[in-house]
Formats: sequence, C-alpha cells, structure tokens
Amino acid sequence: MSVGSKYETVVGLEVHVELHTKSKIFCGCSTAFGAPPNTHTCPVCLGHPGVLPVLNRQAVEFAMKAAMALNCKIADVSKFDRKNYFYPDSPKAYQISQYDQPIGENGWIDIEVNGETKRIGITRLHLEEDAGKLTHVDGGYASLVDFNRVGTPLVEIVSEPDIRTPEEAKAYLEKLKAIMLYCEVSDVKMEEGSLRCDANISLRPWGQEKFGTRAELKNMNSFRSVQRGLEYEQMRQADILDAGGEVVQETRRYDDTVGKSFSMRGKEEAHDYRYFPDPDLVRLHISEEWKERVRASIPELPDARKARYTSEYGLPAYDAEVITSSKKLADFFEDSLNYTKDAKAVANWIMGDLLGYLNTNGLELSDVKITGQGLGEMIGLLENGTISGKIAKTVFKAMLESGKLPQQIVEEQGLVQISDEGALLAVVDSIIEKNPQSVEDFRAGKEKAIGFLVGQIMKETKGKANPALVNKLLLERLK
Amino acid sequence: MALFDLRLQEVHNQLNNKELSVAELVDASYARIKETEPAIQAFITLNEDNARAQALEMDKRLQEGGERGLLFGLPAGIKDNIVTEGLLTTCASQFLRNYNPIYSATSALKLKAADAVTIGKLNMDEFAMGGSNENSSYYPTRNPWNTEYVPGGSSGGSAASVAAGQVYFSLGSDTGGSIRQPAAYCGIVGLKPTYGLVSRFGLVAFASSLDQIGPLTKNVEDAAYVLQAIAGYDKNDSTSANVEIPDYTAALTGDVKGLRIGVPKEYLGAGIDPRVKEAVMNALKVYESLGATWEEVSLPHTEYAIAAYYLLASSEASSNLARFDGVRYGVRADNPDNLIDMYRKSRSQGFGPEVKRRIMLGTYALSSGYYDAYYLKAQKVRTLIKGDFDNVFKQYDLIIGPTAPTPAFRIGEQVGDPLTMYLNDICTIPVSLAGVPAISVPCGTADGLPIGLQIIGKAFDETTVLRAAHAFEAHTDHHKLRPQL
Amino acid sequence: MSITLKDVEHVANLARLALTDAEKAQFTDQLNAILKYAEKLNELDTDNVEPTTHVLPITNVLRDDECRESLPIEKVLLNAPDEEDGQIKVPAVLE
Repeated sequence: MSVGSKYETVVGLEVHVELHTKSKIFCGCSTAFGAPPNTHTCPVCLGHPGVLPVLNRQAVEFAMKAAMALNCKIADVSKFDRKNYFYPDSPKAYQISQYDQPIGENGWIDIEVNGETKRIGITRLHLEEDAGKLTHVDGGYASLVDFNRVGTPLVEIVSEPDIRTPEEAKAYLEKLKAIMLYCEVSDVKMEEGSLRCDANISLRPWGQEKFGTRAELKNMNSFRSVQRGLEYEQMRQADILDAGGEVVQETRRYDDTVGKSFSMRGKEEAHDYRYFPDPDLVRLHISEEWKERVRASIPELPDARKARYTSEYGLPAYDAEVITSSKKLADFFEDSLNYTKDAKAVANWIMGDLLGYLNTNGLELSDVKITGQGLGEMIGLLENGTISGKIAKTVFKAMLESGKLPQQIVEEQGLVQISDEGALLAVVDSIIEKNPQSVEDFRAGKEKAIGFLVGQIMKETKGKANPALVNKLLLERLK
Repeated sequence: MALFDLRLQEVHNQLNNKELSVAELVDASYARIKETEPAIQAFITLNEDNARAQALEMDKRLQEGGERGLLFGLPAGIKDNIVTEGLLTTCASQFLRNYNPIYSATSALKLKAADAVTIGKLNMDEFAMGGSNENSSYYPTRNPWNTEYVPGGSSGGSAASVAAGQVYFSLGSDTGGSIRQPAAYCGIVGLKPTYGLVSRFGLVAFASSLDQIGPLTKNVEDAAYVLQAIAGYDKNDSTSANVEIPDYTAALTGDVKGLRIGVPKEYLGAGIDPRVKEAVMNALKVYESLGATWEEVSLPHTEYAIAAYYLLASSEASSNLARFDGVRYGVRADNPDNLIDMYRKSRSQGFGPEVKRRIMLGTYALSSGYYDAYYLKAQKVRTLIKGDFDNVFKQYDLIIGPTAPTPAFRIGEQVGDPLTMYLNDICTIPVSLAGVPAISVPCGTADGLPIGLQIIGKAFDETTVLRAAHAFEAHTDHHKLRPQL
Repeated sequence: MSITLKDVEHVANLARLALTDAEKAQFTDQLNAILKYAEKLNELDTDNVEPTTHVLPITNVLRDDECRESLPIEKVLLNAPDEEDGQIKVPAVLE
C-alpha cells in the first residue's frame, strides 16, 4: 500500500477518558466498575421526573488537572450545557456536557514517532457525563439497558487535525494515556471502556492546503485497533480518490474482527443537538487560587521525567521513553534506584524480564508483587557475586510471584552461588572423569566441547556454581 | 366549611385544648371532598388510607404531648407535579398515569416534617402548561365560585381545593403565574416565592429557570406559616439560594406606614378589565389610608415579556420533557416497530395538545440556525425585563397591580386560541422572568367572581410582601368571602 | 421567518413526536402565529445586553466526592414498562 506517495492523511482524534472519582458527576452513586446491572443507580442518574444534578467537585478538579497536564488554558468561567438527543442509554434524553465554555482550551502534547518529536495541538478538553450500556438480545430485536455507567464523569479531549499517520495516532493515544495515569485522574483501561476514541480522518493530495472530506471513525476499542482502523480507512479513501470518486462525509463503524469500516448511514440522521445552557446548574468561576491549588497537585509528567532519566541517570532515550510511558513503571524504576546505583541494570531488567513477563501474561504492573526494593537489592546481589545471572532470573521470577525480597528467596531456596574453589574443583574433576570423549574433543581443538562440560557442571550444582570460576577451573584442568 | 376557615393558630389552640383531633380535621377534609368533588374535580389521586393512619398517629402524639411540627395536623393538598414517594404523581398527563415515584420532593418531605397531612394530589394543566386547568388530560377542575368557569392554572386544583374548603392549604408551582393567577380566580391567597427560596428538587420541571413552589391558603398568615415550613437551602438543588430564612409570621406587624409602592402603568393599561382596575385602585386607597404612598411607575419592557417567556419556557420544557420516552417509567406504546417508533408513539399518545405545541415551539427555538434569533434573544430580553424591576426597586419597596387582567373566564371560552390564553399572564410573567416574589390576595369581585391583587417585592424580601398583604387583609373583608357550593 | 409544514415535520422528528396530518397543519398555523408574535422582540436592540440564564448570581455549587447508597433494584425497576435480568428492556434501534 502506498497511500503516502499520493495523499497526505489528516487525522484528528476525540478521546473520552473516564475520571476515577468515587461517586458520579451529578449524584452520589458509586462509579465502581463491574457491579450487577442497575445497582449503582438512583432517581438522579435514572433521570426520574423532578431530579436535579449537583456537580462533583473532584470531577471538576480532575478535569482541570488533566487540562493543565495537556498544556491547556483553563477557563476563568465555565458552564454546562444540555446536548439533546434520544437514546435508551441516555436517561434524561440529554447529556450534560460543555458546549462553548469548556474547562480547558488550546493545549498541546509532544509525541515521538521514529525518533522525532512532534507537537499535536489540543483544541479543547471538556467535562461531561457518561451514558449507560446496551446489550443486544432477542437476536438483535431488543436491547437491555444497564444504567450503572450513566453519570460517570468523562473528559472529552479533542485534538487539532495535526496527526498525519496511524502511527502518530497511536503514539498520541499512548502519550495521552500516560499523562492521564501520571495525573492519577483515570485508570485508563480501554477494555473497561475508560478510554474511548473516535477519529476524524481525511486525505488530501500532497501540497494541497484544503482538507479533504472526512469520515468519522467509531468503535475502535484498543490502541492497536485505532491504528488498524485508520490504516484501513486511509486505504479505502485512497481507493475512492484514485478511482476519481468522492469521499462521503459520514460516520463509519470500524470492525476490528474483519479489519474493515462500515457506513453507519441511516442510523445517523442529521444531528441537531440543540445545545443550551443547563438551567439546573450554575456557572463555574475558576479563580487563580483554585487553578494554582490544582496545578500544585500535578506530579512530574512523562516528558520531564524522560529528560531527567537521560540527564541524571544516563539512560538511553529509548529506555527513558519506555520506562516513562507508564507512571507506575517509572515510579517502580525510581524506587529500585533507592537500593542500587546501577540505573542501566534496573532499566534492562524492567524492559527485558519485567515487561516481557507482563506482556506475555497480559498483566499490569499492579498485578505482580515485585517491589522496587526487590529489584534493586537483587542487582546488588548480582554485583557482589552472591548470585549468578542465571540464579537472578530464578529469583526475579520468584519475586514477581511472591513479592519476597531476594535475600530471603536465595536463602529459602539455597540459591547462593558456589564460589568456593575447593568445592567446585571436586565437581570439575568428577565431570572431567565422566566425560573423557569431550575432554579429548576439546584437546583436539573442538572448543565447543567445553560448553558441554560447563553445562554438566552447572547441572550438577543445580545452577549455583559461579560460572566465571567454573570456566577458569575447567581451563586450568584441561591445559 | 367553618373548620377550615379557622386561622392556623385557632386550629392549633383547639387541638391543644382537645376540642379537636387531627382525625376530625382529616375526616372533615375527605367529607368535604366527597361532597364537592363531583362539581369541582380538584383531585387526581387521594391519599385517604395513609392520611387517616397518619392522623391516628398524630392524635396519639398529641395525647402524649410529643413533638409537633409547624403545620401539625393540617390537611394539605399537593399539586400533582410535586413528586411523592409511593403516591402516584401524574402531572395530569396520560404519560405518567401509572407513575409511582421512588423518591419524594424536598418540599413534600418538608411538609411531612412539619406534620402536615397529605390528603391527595391536585389536578393541574398537564405538566403545568396552561392557565385554566383545561389542559389536564383527566378532567378540568372547576371554579368553586361558578363551576362554569375555569379555576385558573396551572395550579387550578390547588386553588380550587382550598377555595372549596376541601383542604386547609395546598402547594402549587408557579412558572409564569401558575400559583398567583388561580389564587386570584378562586379568591384565595397564593404566594410565588423568590426563585431559589424553595427547593425545586422533586418538582417535575417545566421551565427550570422559572419554576418555583409556593403555598395557596385562605389568608396571608397561613401563607407565611407554610412558606416557613418549605423555604430554605437544599443541597440537592444547585439553584437553591443559601440565604438566612427570616421569621415570616413575625413580620406580620400590620404596619405599612412609609412603604413606597410603585404601580406600573403597563399593568393597568389596555386589555385590563375596568372592574379589575377599580378593585386595584380601591386597594391602593386602603394602603394610602394606612400611611403608605404610591406612585405610577413604568416597567417599559412589559410588552415583550410574554414572547420572551414562551420562547424560554418552551425551550426548557422541550428538553425537560424529553425524558418522557417510555424507557424507564410512564406509558410505553404497545407493539412499537422499533425504538424510534416506540418513542414517537409513546410520546404522541402520552402528551396532550398544549404540551406537544410547547415542545414543538421549544424544539424549534433551540434548533440549529434559530437559537440566536429566538432563545438567545429571549434571554437577553429577560435581562432587560429584570432590569425594569431593579430600577423600580431602587425607589420603591413594593410593586402593586392586578394579578390577572380579568376575572376567571368560562370553560372552553379560550380553547383553540393559545395566543389569547397566553396574554392572560401579562401581569404575572414579567415577575417570573425577574425571579422576584409576589403574592396574590383577594381584593374584590366582579359578577361574583374574585379579583386578585398582586403585591410584588424585591428578591428574598418575602417579609415585606407578606407584611403588606397581611395589612391589606386586616383592613378589608375580601378574603372572608366564600363561594356558595 | 415563517414555518412550513416541512419544518414542522422536521421539528416533530427531533422531538420524537408522531403528528397526524391535522396536527401538523394546526401546529404550522399556531407556531407561525406565536413566532410572528415573538418577532416583537426584534424591536429591541440587545446587541450589548448579556443573556440571563439564571436570575440569581450563584456560582460554584459543588458537592464533595462521596458515595451514598444507591436504590435497591426493585425500586429501579418499579416503573419499568419492560424488564429482563435486572435491566430495562427496549426495542432495538432500527437498523
């Protein structure tokens, strides 16, 4: 596929992030995920006649925090508006949202693609309420509505059309996710729907200033499916343009299982949301003091940490990028460094064994028990020769599962490295005696044979022999 | 119905002296309902079993000398757009004919806390849209003074039931005059408090920026007591005002000496029935005689109020009534083809013509391309109208005029002509747009139909409004007239 | 500005109302009359007038982020026209 040679892709993303307040945005029902249907509901979030909303302060402050972390200008005066539309998951038949006075506007984030930094503009960030969930039953002829999610606070983050490739879109989402996690305003679990993404995508011939006709792509429920959906849509639009056709402005639903997007026309009649200021809610006046108080609660963000990791710890940019992509990982990294000075070793263990294990098993850092202290101390044991690299792998795995400190694991499992020359010499001699053929091969110049002998010694010592010492003793004996 | 003509203090004295029991009050209420309801049709739902049980409990408390609330034992009617848990709340709409509320309005809870006894739920114009009760989807309530006439609306059931002596007092709601106008038509006292004084939580919203709950009573003092019981900040209502609540009955000193009264010429101009004008002028003479002064003033934007009001109220209503979609409660049409068909059929079957008309108007006024011309324009005109009141209140303590341009009209007389019907609200709507308090008190009759005097005050200055109304009442006998039923 | 039958149909669709032909015709007339009356507002110059959304100068009404009890499921479903497995049942959206 060579979309890139003829057309430039223009993408803008609309991302919804659920804020992890304890209670809903306009009532005191819990926002906890996974409760039995409709058990986290009340007259207010069910939209019964006569109910009124009362705004959750924490939701406002989380939105402010997120907006600040995205370098937005925070409004001095903000308000809420009603977005009117009928749908069974929207109990009042309007969504309380923000139309022309959002919490934050005119921000940006930097993303890194192929080693280059690019700035993506953020048009606005506004606060609104989430809708309920529909499950289709009776062969698609009916739906069941669960209102538990109704009223969970959301921020909608709208980017400028600054994104040019599906990879950039993915990098943007990953950065956005990292920032939300750093700010601790959301747990950003796409599989639980706490981050959702719609994309506007259009193509234009290179050099043309005017944007092409765009399609809105919905229903992409993982970062990878965003990338794949955009790749598909890019190709679809290029094919239309190549054939001399015109792209239709429409909403399309991406189906990741077949890797295609489908028009949602027919379902989507001309929308007219009839926004107007919600008379049930009063204006927000956001004072400088309030802004400063919220700003002070924002921790060091990924870009700042990344810069510090390269300058302070001398990590390669790539390592720093990977580790700072998640606040928990970065916190873990920094915690480890309280117990060892070898930042690069910590980085290597994190990027290799730790992330390898998490990715293979589909786990999060919080799902495993290893602590920063454990990793730091293990690296210390490696440095002072108490354990070998091979033992370290065993210890690391044990730490993932039990969370015990390495010293304890080493003692409990008798994993201390054998560095006693006398003891090892006895093993070396017995192996030499049992394997005359290998000894002969080695002496005949087949250097590989020594590997076999080392392996036998390690097997005999259950991997605890100090490998450097084994090598040295073996060579001395075979000379 | 002598019992309900007693003042609140007199009722409480008799209860204290064991000359009267709560059960007797409740009996009297239901007996009167049985007697007069065929002619009046003020109620939609009665709460008889609960009310009688509550009366027994309260009489026991009375015997034992237990705690008693401000409105102890008083039979009350509640307009059917105020949500009452376990007691059907229909808004006089077919859509909600089976709606069994799962919570109670703050004002209903406050009445209960004050030990009032809920007798039943009162008829109204459907979703409070109307000024005659002819828009009730069940039956029109009739004016106790002449059952060929409307009781006014939308709180027509609230006004008629008090006037007919069915209940001691009632709660109504006022969006553009819906407490004051029926109070005037039925010859009783009706108070619309300052916007934000009484919680709207649990009041089924018509126009959220205008709706207020208030009392309808036989005299001003009782209105002060009921207001005392229901006023106050509510954390469930973001538009509720966090203000100190004064002692309203303590303000009823009878002294109006030195009060400066403004009389808007726009309220006494063309379209005002000369008999209404005369009654108002006579009332002003009473004030003069009591040492108050009055002058003609101008509220120059009055003529724009009705247009602004209908755009704003209908726009808000179109959104507020969207939740009546047949999904979670209310009536769902049978055998819909699909979801959209279910919405359309349920709403079309559930709503009456006036409600549909206002939803249509409001939806249009908010729709793409018209928002600035209609909704935004109306909001700006609202600012000008509020400014009129602010200006007058710089120099005057009160504004006084008629509540309605005419006495009650005949049932059916104005049906089919919505615009004329809307013009009946010319004296009440500007007050609602300004959000200030106003009371209607009886000030005369014409052809046996009552006329209401409207006394309008500054925001949160209910005390002056009540004081002036009370003084007028103390020196006149209009409020003592009773309909012959 | 005057409202056509087509406008009435469009607005009825937005408001999810099914109107009979007679209602459509009647609403076209009545809405035109009301909107014509509302044109009166254009006599006023409001260029420098702020709109009033709230009559009271209240701002920043906020509640603390605290959970309180939700409703028991029986109450949630008490008025439901149709339900299944603790959920409200509705016809599917037209495909």
